[in-house]
Amino acid sequence: MMPLTFALAHSLPEIFLALGALVLLLLGVFRAGGRDWIISEAAIAILGLALLSMLIDANGTSLIYDDAFVDDAFGRFMKALCLTGALVSLLLSREFMAREKIDFFEFPVLVLLATLGMLMLVSAHNLIALYLGLELMSLALYVIAAFHRDHLQASEAGLKYFVLGALSSGMLLYGSSLLYGFTGTISFSGIAAALKGDVSLGVVFALVFILSGLAFKMSTVPFHMWTPDVYQGAPTPVTTFFASAAKMAAVAITVRIVMTAFPGLQLQWRQIIVFIAILSMVLGSFAAIGQTNIKRLMAYSSIGHMGFALVGLAPGTQKGVMGILVYLAIYLVMTLGTFAAILSMRVNGHYVENISDLAGLSRTRKMMGFFLSMMMLSLAGIPPLAGFFAKWYVFLAAIDAGLYPLAVIGMLTSVVACFYYLRIVKVIYLDEPVATFDPVSREVTAVMVLGGLGVVLYWAYPGPLVAAAEIAAKSLF
Amino acid sequence: MNLAVAFFYLFSALMIASAFMVIAARNPVHSVLFLILAFVNAAGLFLLLGAEFLAMILVVVYIGAVAVLFLFVVMMLDVDFAVLKQGFLQYLPIGALIGIIMVIELILVMSGWSASQASLGNAGAPTPPDVSNTLALGRVLYTKFVYFFQAAGLVLLTAMIGAIVLTLRHKSDVRRQDIGEQNARDRKQAVELKKIPFRTGV
Repeated sequence: MMPLTFALAHSLPEIFLALGALVLLLLGVFRAGGRDWIISEAAIAILGLALLSMLIDANGTSLIYDDAFVDDAFGRFMKALCLTGALVSLLLSREFMAREKIDFFEFPVLVLLATLGMLMLVSAHNLIALYLGLELMSLALYVIAAFHRDHLQASEAGLKYFVLGALSSGMLLYGSSLLYGFTGTISFSGIAAALKGDVSLGVVFALVFILSGLAFKMSTVPFHMWTPDVYQGAPTPVTTFFASAAKMAAVAITVRIVMTAFPGLQLQWRQIIVFIAILSMVLGSFAAIGQTNIKRLMAYSSIGHMGFALVGLAPGTQKGVMGILVYLAIYLVMTLGTFAAILSMRVNGHYVENISDLAGLSRTRKMMGFFLSMMMLSLAGIPPLAGFFAKWYVFLAAIDAGLYPLAVIGMLTSVVACFYYLRIVKVIYLDEPVATFDPVSREVTAVMVLGGLGVVLYWAYPGPLVAAAEIAAKSLF
Repeated sequence: MNLAVAFFYLFSALMIASAFMVIAARNPVHSVLFLILAFVNAAGLFLLLGAEFLAMILVVVYIGAVAVLFLFVVMMLDVDFAVLKQGFLQYLPIGALIGIIMVIELILVMSGWSASQASLGNAGAPTPPDVSNTLALGRVLYTKFVYFFQAAGLVLLTAMIGAIVLTLRHKSDVRRQDIGEQNARDRKQAVELKKIPFRTGV
């Protein structure tokens, strides 16, 4: 039994978030003011504090809470991404929630709880911890998807997400129970030890069900159906949170469970991952072409990008995992920057979200037009922007492992995807302006500019990110 | 036949009978009461198995909370169960068919059951011989599984916050009771003396 202080020291971010959420909840209830901004600012501070607290002891791998929770370099890397996503989403949410008059104190509290669930999910080292983390995250996400409860589309989004999410939880649990039945243990390392040599068909069933449940959370094909509706219906800051932090956590746990619990079943899970990756890339590229709503377009784009990220998982190598980590970090920056731009689309006090509303942006708002175009080109993967390097790493890993068809399909679909990203750039630069956007708050502009600069200038200094990803990937092997 | 076996048959028979009455009773309130009887008998069965903690939890949670909540719902919602039950005979054959298939499946599963050696060797914690199971559960729940315990607590808290956020509406035209304000009222604010002229009425 480890001493308690040791366990607490290695789960500091989680403890900050849990205590922070409880304190803010009490504060919000007793102030009873309905809307006020202290809570949101405090939540941002707590997320920042959790981010900083990971720097205190950023070495080695430790298993705590009776091996249910692992604190390793991989986990810390992914937690940093989740926390950044949550922090920026909250920052972006302030203006939107106030204007839409839904700035209740529960929103930051629920975001904190969802982020806590994500961190627990990233660090899960057995099936119960995985499920609890996943449920904590998902429950909070269901609620904030429907947070605009008088808005029909938001309620629909929440309900849809909830029903399908419950289904995916059921699949995950079914797979987990099968796995426990066949191996007699819930710990990932125990499962890996029990699955050496020949495995029965039942274990493959379990693997399929568990990966299906997780594919739902990653919103990859064929479990993507909820994504466009939920992304479009939910309030935009919530969509930002879904597309950034929630994706990070879902991919992280998929990588972790596949690498630590199923190393002996690589042939089996590789088939599934390749299947999911190819379908996601194809659907993400083709289905987005006809979209007119930019949030819906971003939903299809995110489906495609998850497919690209999974290309890095298919080889099952350290290089591949490093590729995924770099990909996710860059994707996070691009997503946050793009959503900051979407949140700046406001005409006469109303938020608009059609692509046609962007017409002539380069003339009316030069800076926003430039940065949004850069973000789109980067999402398309055009060199020398960051998105190109992200794809480079995962495709290189796939080619190294001899997965040529996967890499070729990936490249072809990313060429197709270029079409709809370039269409937005065309609308921004070549179409006649229709309306001028209202001025936006400083934090939204700051996020957009920082994201844009990160995307444009990544090639100049990629060292730190790659080095961190390398250390993180090494800790899984 | 020893006493434990006798009680097993008593509890089982009562439980099956009351479970049948839950669906057969005409009055929905009687159904819920039979459901409670079934729970009590299930708790008795758990006691016979030596799982006294589960037995007590069943009584406290299922009877004390869930079944009573059911009772409230049944009493407050005016559901006409006679209408609901109208198609009973019509659907009986297909229902019986599904029931029989499930029984056959259960028998097949139970007769073909074998646990793999790997899983038997890995099986978690055997029940310690010298402690009661309440104590054993308590020992691991707050030590070994404290992380799960706390996490489950947070999940429930999130569910509660979610339910309140999505459904509670503060209506401005509803008068709410404010006990502090009520207690702070004194005679001057509450009572006013008016002089009314004699023989004029109010």
